[in-house]
Amino acid sequence: MAACLPLLLLALFAVALACVGVDAAYQPRSAEGHTIAGRIKIDAAITSAKGFGLPAKTSNTKVILNGGQRVTFARPDGYFAFHNVPAGTHLIEVSSLGYLFSPVRVDISARNPGHIQAALTDTRRVLNELVLEPLREEQYYEIREPFSIMSLLKSPMGLMLGFMVIMVFVMPKMMENIDPEEMKQAQEQMRNSPVPSFSGLLARANS
Amino acid sequence: MAPPRHLLLILLAAASLATLAAAVYEDQVGLADWHQKYIGKVKQAVYHSQKSGRRRVVVLTEENVIASLDLRSGDIFWRHVIEKNDPVDQLGLSLAKYAVTLSMGGSTLRAWNLPDGQMIWETNLQVSKSSKPLLHFLSNSKVAKDNLVLVSAGQWIYAVSSIDGVIAWGKEFSLDGLEIKQVLQSPENDILYVVGIAGSSKLNLYQLNAKTGEVVKHIQESFPGALCGETILGSHNVLVALDETRSGLFLIEFKGESINYNKVHISDLVQDLSGRVKLLPLMSNGIIALQASSTVSLLKLKGIDGLEVIQSFEQPAAVSNALTITEKDEGFAVVRHMGSEIEFIVKFTSDVSNEVIREKINIDQHRGNIQKVFLNNYIRTDKSHGFRALLVLEDHSLLLVQQGNVVWSREDGLASIIDVTTSELPVEKDGVSVANVEHNLFEWLKGHMLKLKGTLMLASADELAAIQALRLKNSEKNKMTRDHNGFRKLLILLTKAGKVIALHTGDGRIIWSNLLPSLRASKSGEMPSALRIYQWQVPHHRVMRENPSILVVGRSGTDSAAPGVLSVLDSYSGEELNSLKFDHSVVQIIPLMLKDSSEQRLHLIVDSHYRAHLYPRSPDAINVFLHEIPNTYFYTVDIEKNVIRGHSLQKSCDLSSDDEYCFSTKELWSIVFPSDAERIAITETRKMNEVVHTQAKIIADQDVMYKYLSKNLVFVATVSPKAASEIGSAAPEEAWLVAYLIDAVTGRILHRVTHHGAQGPVHAVVSENWVVYLYFNLRAHRFEMAVIEIYDQSRADNKDVLKLILGKHNLSAPITSYIRSEVMVKSQSYFFTHSVKTMTVTQTAKGITSKQLLIGTIGDQVLALDKRFVDPRRSVNPTQQEKEEGIIPLTDSLPIIPMSYVTHSLQVEALRGIVAIPSKLESTTLVFTYGVDLFYTRLAPSRTYDSLTDEFSYALLLITIVALVAAIIFTWIWSEKKELNDKWR
Repeated sequence: MAACLPLLLLALFAVALACVGVDAAYQPRSAEGHTIAGRIKIDAAITSAKGFGLPAKTSNTKVILNGGQRVTFARPDGYFAFHNVPAGTHLIEVSSLGYLFSPVRVDISARNPGHIQAALTDTRRVLNELVLEPLREEQYYEIREPFSIMSLLKSPMGLMLGFMVIMVFVMPKMMENIDPEEMKQAQEQMRNSPVPSFSGLLARANS
Repeated sequence: MAPPRHLLLILLAAASLATLAAAVYEDQVGLADWHQKYIGKVKQAVYHSQKSGRRRVVVLTEENVIASLDLRSGDIFWRHVIEKNDPVDQLGLSLAKYAVTLSMGGSTLRAWNLPDGQMIWETNLQVSKSSKPLLHFLSNSKVAKDNLVLVSAGQWIYAVSSIDGVIAWGKEFSLDGLEIKQVLQSPENDILYVVGIAGSSKLNLYQLNAKTGEVVKHIQESFPGALCGETILGSHNVLVALDETRSGLFLIEFKGESINYNKVHISDLVQDLSGRVKLLPLMSNGIIALQASSTVSLLKLKGIDGLEVIQSFEQPAAVSNALTITEKDEGFAVVRHMGSEIEFIVKFTSDVSNEVIREKINIDQHRGNIQKVFLNNYIRTDKSHGFRALLVLEDHSLLLVQQGNVVWSREDGLASIIDVTTSELPVEKDGVSVANVEHNLFEWLKGHMLKLKGTLMLASADELAAIQALRLKNSEKNKMTRDHNGFRKLLILLTKAGKVIALHTGDGRIIWSNLLPSLRASKSGEMPSALRIYQWQVPHHRVMRENPSILVVGRSGTDSAAPGVLSVLDSYSGEELNSLKFDHSVVQIIPLMLKDSSEQRLHLIVDSHYRAHLYPRSPDAINVFLHEIPNTYFYTVDIEKNVIRGHSLQKSCDLSSDDEYCFSTKELWSIVFPSDAERIAITETRKMNEVVHTQAKIIADQDVMYKYLSKNLVFVATVSPKAASEIGSAAPEEAWLVAYLIDAVTGRILHRVTHHGAQGPVHAVVSENWVVYLYFNLRAHRFEMAVIEIYDQSRADNKDVLKLILGKHNLSAPITSYIRSEVMVKSQSYFFTHSVKTMTVTQTAKGITSKQLLIGTIGDQVLALDKRFVDPRRSVNPTQQEKEEGIIPLTDSLPIIPMSYVTHSLQVEALRGIVAIPSKLESTTLVFTYGVDLFYTRLAPSRTYDSLTDEFSYALLLITIVALVAAIIFTWIWSEKKELNDKWR
């Protein structure tokens, strides 16, 4: 499975400080936190190709920071951001029904402000850009095998039937093939060494 | 070629591995499971005003859910459950296109697309701490082309474009301690009025330019008395504020450049002032509503000169917000209780003495008082105004009333379940025939033909649907009687509102519900809290005439020192049989394994003074209990003081009181954890009702290991103080986790292990002789699941057969915690991919079936993980014998098999708890999962080895039998013929 991971497509990496974009007038004086911005990419082509996949909807895709400390939702285009995240090592998880995402380790350096590094925790792959793609699609149901004669024969009842057929049709043939002399010999042996019976044993013990 | 024996073993091993992931087929969904969606108690509701399309209402609930509901049926169109630590304060609609929510104390503003609930934009605002952030929509689009949303929290005010979430302007008022209370918009010009209170008595009025946010004017006025902070707008330029003592009102008028005010004493207006006085939000046209403990009064403003009482309603009553009907006129609704009915009154603010509508509506008595009303109007076919309203009741349910009827109701109390227990259903009585289901022979034949077609994969899509419907109808899962397999039960749920609800496990329908009077809010405003629910009386088969009953324990206040309350309910009808108010508090409830002669279970309730009280209070119970006192031990965990203490009971409580049901306790042992290095993160014990089938475990080399099975085993995990907070705050060097196994009778530490670089959150499960716990490994930055298995070494000598024969073994010796038995411990840890919300283990009737861990993941799904994956004896290359035993080769991480999600393609939003209930069938366990949603299913951890599955093909059996009979007849004829031929020869 590992070979088909679409993670190989990952490219750049985006870093944004809290004070990007807007006017300085309403920026907090105590802006310590950093912003983790990224994107979730669920390839619609994979999903719709197979019949059973759930529709590629980002509306219920949640992005979870540090095991539930903060949760945000992906926008229609897949972008998400966490603001005012302190420096340190953080964990980002993506919850989207029908897909398995690998958790991502995000390091925000305190000494080197703005330097953010991300890596998948499962494979320790370093991500150049915080683009999260599902490892695989999750198939929650067992797929019913189509009806086949083989499965019928493999079932206990099929085996029973098969055994009976063998006994009825093949055994007489085999018996025929046995040399009559050998047969006689075998019968002879059987007679000579009778099966020790329990009553016989008892009788011997009493005598 | 491998010897045939080995081949067989490999086959066996393959077969056993295949059973590790037992899944359902897609067409089996809904056969044994059900899923119910809820939203919780509504705290805000906004109606769509769009003309076309289906009518909807967007609601915000106390469970932090935003949902769009269908006004016709109450169904959920879309829903988002926001995390608890991101509380949503305000909800509004913008441009009739987006629902805008303000959360996290005013710092996060999100817009949701109304048709499908997709998040359109999210804006993060830097604000100061605020108790009540405000959301205000600029109604006049003259100001800016893109409709602005005003957000104010603390000293900050922002204007955000509602189209894309871009901040148009932001402004911080540099006044210390300022808290913005109101934002008003002048209808004529682009001026915003911002009213804030600084300190507690300084009122500030700012005039802002709505386009730029510049302060045009600032007026400050000091008041003689302090304000409590509660303010509402009486009319467009008069503000009404409650003073600190809640006994006077300030009427504050803004007139151009000046502030005039006047103080009015509430006692002049309303007679009874007991309890807490509250201003009900937003009436208009000079009408305000004032809520006291016994009445709700409507008052009319006469400028700032004073107030006039128009009408008073006896409590319980609720008043809705004002609803703009015409340009000049606004309507509002008052709902009050009239005996068993409620009265729904709609009035216009322009003429308060007249009633537009007065309707009497019958509602279920078990719903309690009305708490909130949300009014909406519609145009009738004759162009007159019709009104409907959403009512929120005391049990958290939501009702839509229109034209004197309840159109639909939602039982949303089920979104906040506190505790779960189960009850058996009544035994089927003789003489009651249930076999008249398949009365029509033709129907019966048709059904079986359809099923046969389905089995042979010949059925069309329509026929498949018909088969599904037939299966659902004919399955006896919904009957109200006890079944042979123990699948049909009552799930009895205790909700936060103090309501007890019984659901049928067959389809999840409500059998009965009862809002307990002892857990309802009292008139003085005290809010009781429900705590736990237990089985109280489970009559034995022979005395089946009596119904089983359940025990509900609660507190009469939110404080832990508040006296407790107790109710006993009938399990079949929900009737309250008995209720009691304690004269002591409830700290810990210990259900004992003892029963009195009427088969009531004995419970010990420990109060805050470490005194134990025995319930039921009957002489019979005390007689039973007195014999067991020397064997009764319990432990308490004091998280604040970081101490675990063990206690034993002593006879009689105090010498002064002659309460013989009260026992004093003696502290036997205590374990004090050093607070600077360890903080208690979790304590966990085995389930009381767990059954263990075998004491010994036969391992691969024909050796026997004895499990250390003690009901008194306590697992305690402590983390370093730095690691006690969330992930991302501690470095690996300063974080560690220590796991302890403690005997709760003696306080002996059986085992202690330290995990360096590990931190919480910790989740743990204790079962049989093993503990599985999950923590976060900071070094690998992954979650790790560790297992400890504990074996009794002192009994290891019993392996000798000779000793067993001669009776020199110690197996029959009484087991006591005071024997310092030697224990052996095996442990191992594995990586786990997801964050975990909760964890439990399956339970079966006899404990023979292998166990599965039920893990509630962060994605609100429940994963069933076979215990064999977390076996400490897994090795990289298991020997042949170990393979035979079913040991899986070692991997560093635990596999996530999508088919082993118990919840398959469903989510149990805001998952909080998983309960596993054994059924009578050994292979099967019943799983009930709750959060905001409910989910129930049956689970067979080792497949249903003791019964035929639903999948069993009866058609194939029939065909085989027919074929066999045919073959017999054929061979008989054949042999006859052959014999005849032989004879002729």
